[in-house]
Amino acid sequence: MATEFHNLQELRHNASLVTKVFIQRDYSEGTVCRFQAKFPSELDNRIERTLLGETVRTLNSYYAEAEKIGGQSYLEGCLACATAYIIFLCMETRYEKVLRKISGYIQEQNEKIYAPRGLLITDPIERGMRVLEISVFEDRGSGGSSPSSTMSSGSSAR
Amino acid sequence: MHLGVSESMRECEYSQISTRSSTPMETPYKKKTSKKRKWEIFPGRNKFYCGGRIMMAKQTGVFYLTLVLILVTCGLFFTFDCPFLALQLTPVIPVIGGVLFLFVLGTLLRTSFSDPGVLPRATPDEAADLERQIDVANGSTGYRPPPRTKEVVINGQTVKLKYCFTCKIFRPPRASHCSLCDNCVDRFDHHCPWVGNCVGKRNYRFFYMFILSLSFLTIFIFAFVITHIILRSHRNGFLNALKDSPASVLEVVVCFFSVWSIVGLSGFHTYLISSNQTTNEDIKGSWSSKRGKDNYNPYSHGNIFTNCCAALCGPLPPSLIDRRGFVQSDTPQLAPPTNGITMYGATQSQQSHMFSMESKPICDQDQCIQSTKFVLQAAATPLLQQQSSEPVILTASPENGGTLPGRSALTLGGPCTSLPLGQPTPPTSTPSLSCHEATDMLPIHGHSHTHNHSHPLQEPVAHHHFLTPEEVPSPPGMLHCGSPMGHSHTMQAGFYNLASQDSLHEDSVRGLVKLSSV
Repeated sequence: MATEFHNLQELRHNASLVTKVFIQRDYSEGTVCRFQAKFPSELDNRIERTLLGETVRTLNSYYAEAEKIGGQSYLEGCLACATAYIIFLCMETRYEKVLRKISGYIQEQNEKIYAPRGLLITDPIERGMRVLEISVFEDRGSGGSSPSSTMSSGSSAR
Repeated sequence: MHLGVSESMRECEYSQISTRSSTPMETPYKKKTSKKRKWEIFPGRNKFYCGGRIMMAKQTGVFYLTLVLILVTCGLFFTFDCPFLALQLTPVIPVIGGVLFLFVLGTLLRTSFSDPGVLPRATPDEAADLERQIDVANGSTGYRPPPRTKEVVINGQTVKLKYCFTCKIFRPPRASHCSLCDNCVDRFDHHCPWVGNCVGKRNYRFFYMFILSLSFLTIFIFAFVITHIILRSHRNGFLNALKDSPASVLEVVVCFFSVWSIVGLSGFHTYLISSNQTTNEDIKGSWSSKRGKDNYNPYSHGNIFTNCCAALCGPLPPSLIDRRGFVQSDTPQLAPPTNGITMYGATQSQQSHMFSMESKPICDQDQCIQSTKFVLQAAATPLLQQQSSEPVILTASPENGGTLPGRSALTLGGPCTSLPLGQPTPPTSTPSLSCHEATDMLPIHGHSHTHNHSHPLQEPVAHHHFLTPEEVPSPPGMLHCGSPMGHSHTMQAGFYNLASQDSLHEDSVRGLVKLSSV
């Protein structure tokens, strides 16, 4: 765990940024937050399609859960209205709780899957929920735990 | 040589301005010293208070008027009418009045102070990526690319997503750019001067609750003040009753005029909520069956109840702009934006550079911005003098004879209650209805029509943007720097006369040609 996190930090500081790949929003189902499942061609030789597809699908399901209009959201809305929205000062909304879950998930995915491949996913909330930004790094450092060596070890481990 | 050095220094500053928004709040010098919060460098035209916790539009005068009207009327009611009514009828009356009053105030402040759903502008990398994609798609390398749209099919309806040149994003469906606040707002409804903020996804329910509760409060006060006067006049006669409580007369007058507009507005928004439309969409007739047989609203949930619940009790998304976060200056970035943006930016820097050569070398960023604004105004003046109906960038307002930049003309679109008195709001809308509908880059003819419905209540709004050209002082060297605000308008008019004689006119025409081809 410590070495994986160490990789993430090193990735940010040592490796040089090659390009950023953006996965845009998918509006075919309305204004709900969804990201396109289309696999960007720039990542063809960096990561397996299934892994990225799985990440995007999971994120989409989290966002759908956050924006779901159902019993709990109605309860929350009515309670908030009844208390003249003062309750929002004390309580965290369901949406915010799910967003925290999403940040945790992205962090975990970065550590386990993306950093070893020299990639980094930025949480969409930091980009205004417009895009899913994937930074592609190429390591130039001569340090031992370089992403290129871990990438080769990752591919050999497959 | 000295000029060469200061030229390059100024050029450097101008190119920084040209790639950013119209009113950048960022100075290049301060960034390195202390950690700034994100609201301090926010590129939109908003005002922030309490360390970024409170966010409002730039012009808040009408909001204070709203607040004063509500506080004064309710204050008079509780002071003069309630004691009598509590004794004669029941003490429940002041209690209900108090609850309503607090609810109205709470929802008003919530609407005014919260983030309406502003979409943050694209990072340079995103913008560059989009530009690349569009260039690939178009294949054209014109001076300015054609208007960019993307089509999406949402629930069977084709929706066009427009590209916002200010925010450098493709606007999500239902989002629109507010020219007053210079932000793209998600699910943009309208810009309401009465609450001093845009009404969008995040504060629409508060706005609706505000106007609904205000309708109840207005009717409540109106009814009970009338009751009070009637009860008094049974005892002492009508004239004596009026003399005994003069405040009641004022309350009746205020409530009478407010009731029509506010109740009408509540009805209109109830209709919008039940059909899941925004004011913007309703006014444009986006989902009206008149456009086509197959035209329907793809966002509607099907029945009225679900639409209402979704709008009022649905999940509240958090703010996307993170006002209180700290600015991170160490994020890795790729190459600066290419082609289309810098070419346009270069034009601006050239023009402002032309002016800077004639000005005194007191070059701080504010004066550079103002010179650029002035260039654009001056460049567009010949066009305006030729054809007053030309709606390109400027629209002349009926009150002032001067020219105004496009955005200020839109505030006269009027407050929410811009109806002539006595007319409830019909659901089939007219352009004069809206507070301020969202615009694309240019104002449309509909807005110039709304100006003509001037209205006594709109006077304060008119005065507000009468000030706007005066807020843009003339660039140094053109006119005396020490000119007071009051004179600058006439002096600007005078300058426009001079411009026709100057070689400056030639430059401005050249500039105009470049602008119009853009």
